Amino acid sequence: MSLTEDQVQQIATLARLKLKPEEHAELVDKLSRIVDFVDHLSEADTEGVVPMAHPLDVAQRLRPDAVIESDERDRFQENAPSVTDGLYLVPKVIE
Amino acid sequence: MDLHAKTLTELAAGLDSGEYSSVELTQSLLERIAAHDEKLNAFVTVTSDNALAAAERADQARAAGEGGVLNGLPIVHKDIFCTRGVKTTCGSRMLDNFVSPYDATIVERLAAAGAVVLGKANMDEFAMGSSNETSFFGPVRNPWDLDRSPGGSSGGSAAAVAARLAPAATATDTGGSIRQPAALTGTVGIKPTYGRVSRYGMIAFASSLDQAGVITRSAEDAARLLGVMAGFDERDSTCLNEPVPDYVAELGQSIEGLKIGLVRQHFDEGLDADCSVRIKEAIAVLESLGATVVEVDMPNIDLSVPTYYVVAPAECSSNLSRFDGVRFGHRADDPEDLLDLYCRSRGEGFGDEVKRRIMTGTYVLSAGYYDAYYLKAQQVRHLIADDFKNAFEEVDVIAGPTAPTPAFKLGDKVDDPITMYLNDIYTIGANLGGFPGMSIPCGFVDGLPVGLHLVGHHFDESTLLRCAHAYQQVTDFHTACPEDFA
Repeated sequence: MSLTEDQVQQIATLARLKLKPEEHAELVDKLSRIVDFVDHLSEADTEGVVPMAHPLDVAQRLRPDAVIESDERDRFQENAPSVTDGLYLVPKVIE
Repeated sequence: MDLHAKTLTELAAGLDSGEYSSVELTQSLLERIAAHDEKLNAFVTVTSDNALAAAERADQARAAGEGGVLNGLPIVHKDIFCTRGVKTTCGSRMLDNFVSPYDATIVERLAAAGAVVLGKANMDEFAMGSSNETSFFGPVRNPWDLDRSPGGSSGGSAAAVAARLAPAATATDTGGSIRQPAALTGTVGIKPTYGRVSRYGMIAFASSLDQAGVITRSAEDAARLLGVMAGFDERDSTCLNEPVPDYVAELGQSIEGLKIGLVRQHFDEGLDADCSVRIKEAIAVLESLGATVVEVDMPNIDLSVPTYYVVAPAECSSNLSRFDGVRFGHRADDPEDLLDLYCRSRGEGFGDEVKRRIMTGTYVLSAGYYDAYYLKAQQVRHLIADDFKNAFEEVDVIAGPTAPTPAFKLGDKVDDPITMYLNDIYTIGANLGGFPGMSIPCGFVDGLPVGLHLVGHHFDESTLLRCAHAYQQVTDFHTACPEDFA
C-alpha cells in the first residue's frame, strides 16, 4: 500500500470527513491504487514546462465595482438547516 | 400520433404548423415518463405542473405570433443545473433537500427561448462517475439493455433521450460526462469549448474542466439548443466573449476537403476490436463524403487519465469544501461542536466516490505532495494541450472512439476505480485542453450502440456539428430506437 492508515486519517481530517471504520479500510486500499496510478506522471519529462492552470490563454475580466444584486437573505436562508433573526446557527464555538 | 419518436426539429415544425399544441405534446411526454421511467430511473424530479403551465404559456405566445426559437419544445435538465423553486440535488444526499433560490444562466436562456422543462435528470453524484451508479438516487438503466449502465455522469439525460422520454436534455462534461453516455445510449452529445457556455448556476465539480452541453437525437437538434445556450455571460468570469455562429445555418455546408486526424494510441489494444471496426467504417463514410484522413502524433496523450485524476480531484476538493452543513445542504443531527458538525455532515452527505475524489484532491494539494502531483499534472496538462494544438495545425477534426467498449453491465466496474476511470480515456484530453468534443452514434456491437468521437479546435463547434450532420444525412444509426421504447 502506498498510503498508510495514518496518512488516510490525516487526509480525512484535512478534508473534514468523518469516516466509518469500514470506509477507512477501503479508502486505504482504493486511494493507494489511485495514487499508484497517477504516479505514472513522474514518467513525463516536464523540464521547463509552464504549469497550465487554465485551458484558454486569457486574462481574467474585471467589472465595475457596482452593486448589482439586491438583498434576498430571507429567500436564501430558506435552505439553511438552522437560522434565527437572519443568522446561521452553529454549535457554540467560544465557551 | 407518436410524438415521442420525433426529433426536436420535427416537433418544432409540428408546433409551427398547428398539428398539435405544446400542451398536447407535453402531456403525452409526461404520460410516457410516468409509464416508463420506473424501469430506467432517469428522473430525480418530474415537474409536471410547471411543464404544463410553461406549455400553456408557449401555446398562448404562439397564438399571439410571439415566442422564442424553442417555443413549446420539451427538454430535460440534468440535476446539476440550479432551477429556481425546484429541488436541485446534483445526485447527492448532500443536496437532497436543496430547493434552488435561482436559475442557472442556461436554464434562464432556454426558458426565455420558450423551452418547456419536463423534469430533472438523474446523474452520478456531483457528476463524479462514468456509470451513473454513484447517484444517491440509484443507478440509471440503459434503454438498450436494462442490465447495463447508460454511462455517466449524464446518464439520466442520455437514457431519457435514448428512450424517447424527451427529445433533448442538457448535460455537463468534465472528463467525458456528456460524450460517453451519449455513446453508450446511441444518442448525440456535444461538449462545447471551455468558456463557450456559462457555468453560472451549474454546480461546480472541477472548474477548469466543467462545461455544459446537450444530449439529443440528431446533430441538427444539438445545433439548435447550443445556439440558445452559448454566448457571453457577465455572471461567469470564465465565460468568453466570442461571437456565437448560427450553428443551424452552418450545418448544410459540405465536408469536402475537411481534414480528419486519427491518433494512433486511440486504436491500440485498449479499444474493443468490434468497436474499432465500427469506428473505422464511420471514418470511411466521412472519407466518402470528401474528407481526407491523416494520422496525427500526440506523444503525451497516454498521460491524460493520470493527469485528469490529479487535476479534477484537486479542484473538486476545493469546490466541495462549501458543503459544510451550515448554510444549505445536509446537516448531521446533534453535533458536539463545530468540527463535528462539518465532519459528520460531510461524512453522511457524500457518497463513496465523492469522498474518494475529495480525499485524492486533498492529498495531491497537501504540503509535501503539491509539487510531485498537482504542479506536475498541470505541466503535463500543458504538454497534452500542446499535442492538440499541434494536431490542429494540420487537421480540422480529430476522430476516434468515444469509449473503449459498448455499455457494460451495472455492477461490473464499481469495485475498481481505475477500471472505471479508464472509460474516459479517449474523452478526457479534450477537457484538459478546453477543446470542443462530440459523440455521434455510428453503429452497433451485439445490439449495443457505439459512438464516434470528434474533437475540434477552440470555438469550432460548427465544424463538429457540420461533420456530424453530414454523416447523419447518409446514415441512420442515430434514428435507431431501443425496442422496448419504440
